[in-house]
Amino acid sequence: MPAERFEGVHLGKTPEEIQEEVERGVLLTTLDRAVGWARKQSMWPATFGLACCAIEMMSAGAGQYDLSRWGMELFRASPRQADLMIVAGRVSQKMAPVLRRIYDQMVDPKWVISMGVCASAGGMFTNYAIVQGVDTIVPVDVYVPGCPPKPEMLMYGILKLQGTVRTSEPFR
Amino acid sequence: MNPAELAERLRGRFADVVVARDEVTAVIERDALLDELAWCRDEPGVELGFLSSLSATHWPDAEPAFWIDYELRSITRMHRLRIKVGLAAEDPHVPSVTGMFPTANWHERETFDFFGIVFDGHPELTRILLPDDWVGHPLRKDEPLGGVPTWFHGATVPPIDERGMA
Amino acid sequence: MSSDASDLAAARDGLADLTAAFRDPATGELRQETMIINMGPQHPSTHGVLRLLLELDGETVITCKPVIGYLHTGIEKNTEYRTWVQGVTYVTRADYLSPFFNELGYCLGVERLLGIEAPPRAQVIRVLVCELNRVASHLVWLATAGLELGAVSVMLYGFREREIILDLFEAITGLRMNHAYIRPGGVVMDLPEEGPEKLRDLLRVLPGRIDDYETLLDDNPIWRERNEGVGVLTAEQALALGVTGPILRAAGVAADLRKDIPYAGYETYDFEVPVRAEADSYARYRVRIEEMRQSLRIVEQAFARLDDTPGPVMIGDPKVGWPPTLSIGPDGIGNDPAYLRHIMEESMEALIHHFKAVTQGVAVPPGEVYSAVESPRGELGFHIVSTGEHRPYRVKIRDPSFVNVQALPAMIEGYLVADSIAANASLDPVMGGVDR
Repeated sequence: MPAERFEGVHLGKTPEEIQEEVERGVLLTTLDRAVGWARKQSMWPATFGLACCAIEMMSAGAGQYDLSRWGMELFRASPRQADLMIVAGRVSQKMAPVLRRIYDQMVDPKWVISMGVCASAGGMFTNYAIVQGVDTIVPVDVYVPGCPPKPEMLMYGILKLQGTVRTSEPFR
Repeated sequence: MNPAELAERLRGRFADVVVARDEVTAVIERDALLDELAWCRDEPGVELGFLSSLSATHWPDAEPAFWIDYELRSITRMHRLRIKVGLAAEDPHVPSVTGMFPTANWHERETFDFFGIVFDGHPELTRILLPDDWVGHPLRKDEPLGGVPTWFHGATVPPIDERGMA
Repeated sequence: MSSDASDLAAARDGLADLTAAFRDPATGELRQETMIINMGPQHPSTHGVLRLLLELDGETVITCKPVIGYLHTGIEKNTEYRTWVQGVTYVTRADYLSPFFNELGYCLGVERLLGIEAPPRAQVIRVLVCELNRVASHLVWLATAGLELGAVSVMLYGFREREIILDLFEAITGLRMNHAYIRPGGVVMDLPEEGPEKLRDLLRVLPGRIDDYETLLDDNPIWRERNEGVGVLTAEQALALGVTGPILRAAGVAADLRKDIPYAGYETYDFEVPVRAEADSYARYRVRIEEMRQSLRIVEQAFARLDDTPGPVMIGDPKVGWPPTLSIGPDGIGNDPAYLRHIMEESMEALIHHFKAVTQGVAVPPGEVYSAVESPRGELGFHIVSTGEHRPYRVKIRDPSFVNVQALPAMIEGYLVADSIAANASLDPVMGGVDR
């Protein structure tokens, strides 16, 4: 109890004290920022691991480089339940329509991370069989280069994306 | 058997047997393929009953234009043999060995997919690795590598097969 | 009570009319149709981009048709446009869970064409990293097989152990995966200073962890129920379908290229090849666990030999041996500063030679070879054709997964669809190798 309270008798709180308490215990924000924060906190990736980068993505979700720190260890197989598609690996011509279909099945809001150089630009495989960058098929938000990128590099890309999502304005 | 002994054993039956780099290679005619493979599998001591691999190479300006090679392995005798069959460019047909070696099913489909060689008697000769509506046979030497040429401001970089290196 | 019974009878009579649409008009039997279900290519349990077309009668698989090619990369065509050393970087990404084996098979083939042999120390290091790769690959198999069967904690344990091995790989080669460490003529660099220490720690920790797996899974009732009698592939079927590796050894055939047609000095190491007779998914699990132990045994022997085999790790011939002296600088592995000074300031011929070695590389004498190694999935073979150029003419990769997936219908037709997941997991296919 503050010492000055004992001079005379006060029952209840002063307006200043109420103000202080409200500021400490209640978070006031805009709806945009609240929604942005919630969206980035629990993004669920869709399982789209294709090749070597998929193994590094699995390592990123496993114990040592834990994606669960950001609520992302839950890879949803159904695209309807996912909001992030990490294209991990080389996309062949046969797989391209499948990729587009999975992207279309995902519900808004959705984001795409292109993991590895093969997904970003075709990688070392400039040939007939590989799509030279998935941004020719789906819109990509973050490109993570590497062959394969270390799980830490993928995490940096994910955090960059989460930063964008948090500050985006979903209701404008 | 070591390669020299195996080659001696085969020379009685095949005309063209070569031993190089510890490997035995026999070249046989297309029409004799099935009989000779059966002999290799059944002959005691040779016992080459396991087909490891089946593939082809394209030689566009040479005769024969295609060489199909069968890598046989003996699980019991621990030796290997390569059998090669040459095909002309106008007649890329060869009998299928899936009856004798079921493992050849997908290998022959892949060779058809990449080179356009038709295996007569194959139960289902369709494309396997490329999309079903792909046109062309990419591993032939007259097909380009493909891919997208890289764009730089003010410069053009040709695709790798036209860069003139090596 | 009786009113309920008559109500039920009336309801049943009404229902009988509803099923009339599904009855065969001639016999009155219910018509049965099979379903064709598409599993994949995007599926959490098909071990990669494998598509299975299953014709199901209820829960039983009648026919299974695997459709592959969703990861076809054109590696074989790409190697025809690159130098022989650059081919290593392409080939290593085929079967991406066992990159060292891809590199070893390819380099042994190129060395046979060149008529050279890697120095003894390089051979010991090659065996060391390959056997560690085998352990790492089997750990990924265990992790993903556990995940597909629902044992999520096995997934986390498997990847935890694998991180220890990948840490060592990163120290030795600079990369966690797809290393391009084994080159024609030897290996890129010798072990770093902290290498032996890390290797000693690894050898101390890993055997206990494998014991933990056995304790967790060997007699686990759920694991046994889901794996015993599932995905049976007899020895005759396996040999006819060209299947090799742990699947063949779990069917009773003791075929292992390391013992049958040895390469890279394997005949000088003391190890056993585990074989079981049941030919089901559980037997394959036991074979792979035992193979991990035997691999660690080989690693211990190779490690012990390192001190007794000093010397270079790359062949001395300057035309073949590539890359040149490397060292670890502040920003990673790069050209040794002494070498850079030599080519930039001291010797013009050395600079010209360096330029030719980078852009063209060695010209391999004409010929063809088939070089096979025993990868964690079976016989991994390379049919390499050279015409005397600086580039390969044809590199055909005989990948074990390509042939093993062909055996999948034989394993699952006639069984339940849930068993097809367990059977596929026990095959351990890596789609990068299947499609190349």
